[in-house]
Amino acid sequence: MSKDAEFKTSRINPKFRYEVVKVPGGENLLHCFQCGTCTSDCPVARFSEKYRPRLIIRMAQLGLKERVLNSDFLWLCASCFTCTDRCPQGIEVASVIRALKNMAAMEGRIPDVFKVILGNLLKTGYIYEIPESRVRRREALGLPPLPKVNIEGLAKSLQNLDIKRFLEVSAQKSSEAKIWV
Amino acid sequence: MGVAHKYVFYLGCAIPYRVSSFEVSARKVLDRLGVDLLEMPDFNCCGLPLEPLSHELTLILSARNLAIAEQTGLNILTLCPGCAGTLKKTNRLLKENRALREEINKHLSGAGLEFKGSIDVKHISQALIEDIGLDAIKRAIVRPLKGLRVAKHSGCHLSRPKKYIGFEDPENPKALRILIEATGARCVEYLGETECCGSTIAAIDDKISLSLVREKLLHVKEAGADALITICPACHIMYDANQMRAERMFGEKYGIPVLHYTQLLGLAMGMQPEELGFEELRVNPSKILERIGEVKSRA
Ligand code: SF4
Ligand code: SF4
Repeated sequence: MSKDAEFKTSRINPKFRYEVVKVPGGENLLHCFQCGTCTSDCPVARFSEKYRPRLIIRMAQLGLKERVLNSDFLWLCASCFTCTDRCPQGIEVASVIRALKNMAAMEGRIPDVFKVILGNLLKTGYIYEIPESRVRRREALGLPPLPKVNIEGLAKSLQNLDIKRFLEVSAQKSSEAKIWV
Repeated sequence: MGVAHKYVFYLGCAIPYRVSSFEVSARKVLDRLGVDLLEMPDFNCCGLPLEPLSHELTLILSARNLAIAEQTGLNILTLCPGCAGTLKKTNRLLKENRALREEINKHLSGAGLEFKGSIDVKHISQALIEDIGLDAIKRAIVRPLKGLRVAKHSGCHLSRPKKYIGFEDPENPKALRILIEATGARCVEYLGETECCGSTIAAIDDKISLSLVREKLLHVKEAGADALITICPACHIMYDANQMRAERMFGEKYGIPVLHYTQLLGLAMGMQPEELGFEELRVNPSKILERIGEVKSRA
């Protein structure tokens, strides 16, 4: 079987769109009529060969589940919400894309940086580990000390959420992933 | 004396991690304007950076912050538009949707917290315009920055998504322009003012995010601005701390000083650069300080 034939037959999952509309943010997937406003106004699409929000929406509608959830382009959305504000169908486009990211994350397909910031959150309450040098710098600048985060309290609020699954799949090298460039 | 304004002050993650210049200058100018800030105890990340993993996680994180802030009985003031937007959105979703509120409160109750929906959230720009007011700001100006030409970058999350923020027109955001003009400086227009800074994907694809930085800085330079003014910690990191990285990546020189609005306002209030965290800036701001010096000596 040629690659194309394989793509056509085995990669299409007609039920996928009904899975997406059940995920918070994905509700309006089927309202998209492919006008292209989102892609033409997307700041990321202007500098990326592969990031096209309209295409992502269409692939999700058609049921190209693997291609969408396994893609790296899905994670290129900058969440600027330009598309959400301009979609003539009133679709919160960025939220549909977020719903797709959430689905990918549930399957453990997560860029390393998110594992790092989630790990930091559980440890410190922030997405960063604030370095000692910054704490001293704050003092030197006359800023008040940062409040202590009640980490046990935070953990209790998150205990019924299956977030461990995001960490379990954590790659070894994730501690090297940069948060800010 | 005008009316006293009091808020619970929510810092978020980016500012304590690396944008002290914004915090120092904001505290100074707010204090001068008679704003009383109560330090928010026990806060955590607003949840926005983790939303790609789980929307529910974001709702819980922001609802936890709201529930803790509610105990103070004060509205939240924050410097970060990303935090403001996320807290506002969760606040609205949970106020309007009882089933969702109950579901999220179930998570919070494990730690003895409850979201009630009794307070509001404001970004500093909104508080300055709606609560403190332009008149009070103008009265506090002792050194009008006449002759200074700056460009503004409002940032996406200050106004988008409009449905949840509701304070600005995302297609023509005016708050920062009005605030800049109150200092006496001129706010010049340039191409692509509402374009995104790319910070949220900086760790995913720095070529794309630095391309956005490059485009913005070239347009600002073309407009002949003395500086770019931001009011968001993430946008500031992109244009200031990452300006040199963009210069290296594209083999160009931009040389645009990037100031937090609160630093500009502080200068106009007669404060010294040292009081306003200028030494924390990566792009040398001496060009703009010299210009202000010029302005002062002519006055
Ligand atoms: S703007 Fe809305 S309707 Fe148009 S292609 Fe994008 S999602 Fe579909
Ligand atoms: S939210 Fe994402 S898809 Fe929409 S315009 Fe911004 S970067 Fe593009």
